[in-house]
Amino acid sequence: MSHGNEALHEHPSVGMRPMYWVWFWLLAMTGIEVFLAYMQLPLKVMLIALIGLSFVKAALIIAYFMHLKFERLNLVLTIIPAMVLCLLLMNVFFLDSKRLTTHGVNRQMNTAPVAGGADHP
Amino acid sequence: MSEAVAKSRATGLRLWGGGVNPYGVVYKKLGMWLFIVSDSLTFGALLFAYSYLRMSSPSWPSPFHLYPSIAFSSVMTLCLLSSSLTMVLAVHHSRQGERGKVVPWLLATMAGGATFMVLHAMEWMNLIREGMTLKANPWGDAMFGGTFFTITGLHMFHVFSGVAYLGVIAVGFGRKKFNADDVEVVGLYWHFVDLVWMFVFPLVYLMSVHMGE
Repeated sequence: MSHGNEALHEHPSVGMRPMYWVWFWLLAMTGIEVFLAYMQLPLKVMLIALIGLSFVKAALIIAYFMHLKFERLNLVLTIIPAMVLCLLLMNVFFLDSKRLTTHGVNRQMNTAPVAGGADHP
Repeated sequence: MSEAVAKSRATGLRLWGGGVNPYGVVYKKLGMWLFIVSDSLTFGALLFAYSYLRMSSPSWPSPFHLYPSIAFSSVMTLCLLSSSLTMVLAVHHSRQGERGKVVPWLLATMAGGATFMVLHAMEWMNLIREGMTLKANPWGDAMFGGTFFTITGLHMFHVFSGVAYLGVIAVGFGRKKFNADDVEVVGLYWHFVDLVWMFVFPLVYLMSVHMGE
């Protein structure tokens, strides 16, 4: 395979120590998420807490594991802002989900028979 | 023309005028980043659709018991996070020129992905045995099964593709057909698969924990 122009590409050396710490914190935050799931918090509080932790975990993975923290700012600015903006724009649809509930437009509850007599809500 | 403008133009010409690499990455890595951006929008749209349906439903089910669903999905998360660490080790050793250490770490990463898939398949089988299908389930809103299987199925397909991709790179790296750049690019893909699960796990599983007896 041809791999020309190697001199143009940067490979900043990053030690493994921060990576082990990132892995530890990712596991710790996952543990906190599972704990929160059983705290019986109000749905909105739970959603904010879980999504907040997920964003922190995603940022750690992108910055350290995917190495973006050590890349040129050009690359970061090309990738991240546009992607975040597109994802944020999807929020506009949530207003419509509220309309469905307040106007009583409910979908059919096409429930299947419970197999093996399992007890579920 | 002010000095600042002239300096800015000179910098722009130096970086973007051709013959240089403004991003400082190989073309494969830039291509993978662009793929990741597009794929993140795909998963983003699916997770938004899931949340939309959940918010608009008065009877969204909460079927996941601590065992097996939450226990399995937590272990699956551990597998993916650990396989990301082994992937980082593979990239690190490939950059250090320690070729002998790269393939074992790539194989360890594949093992993590394979374990994830096996556990996920078992979790699916448990839910299917309880009566959950794409169109119906015993617990509430019929859309739950369709959205659950679509999101987790697409993610599992990405894990499967990642394991296959890692296998190709491991064999090619062992035969000196691929170099450290190729290991780094497959690493980007693998970490992205891990990243997506960081949203699927809380949104789909933890937000639907069964609190009853």
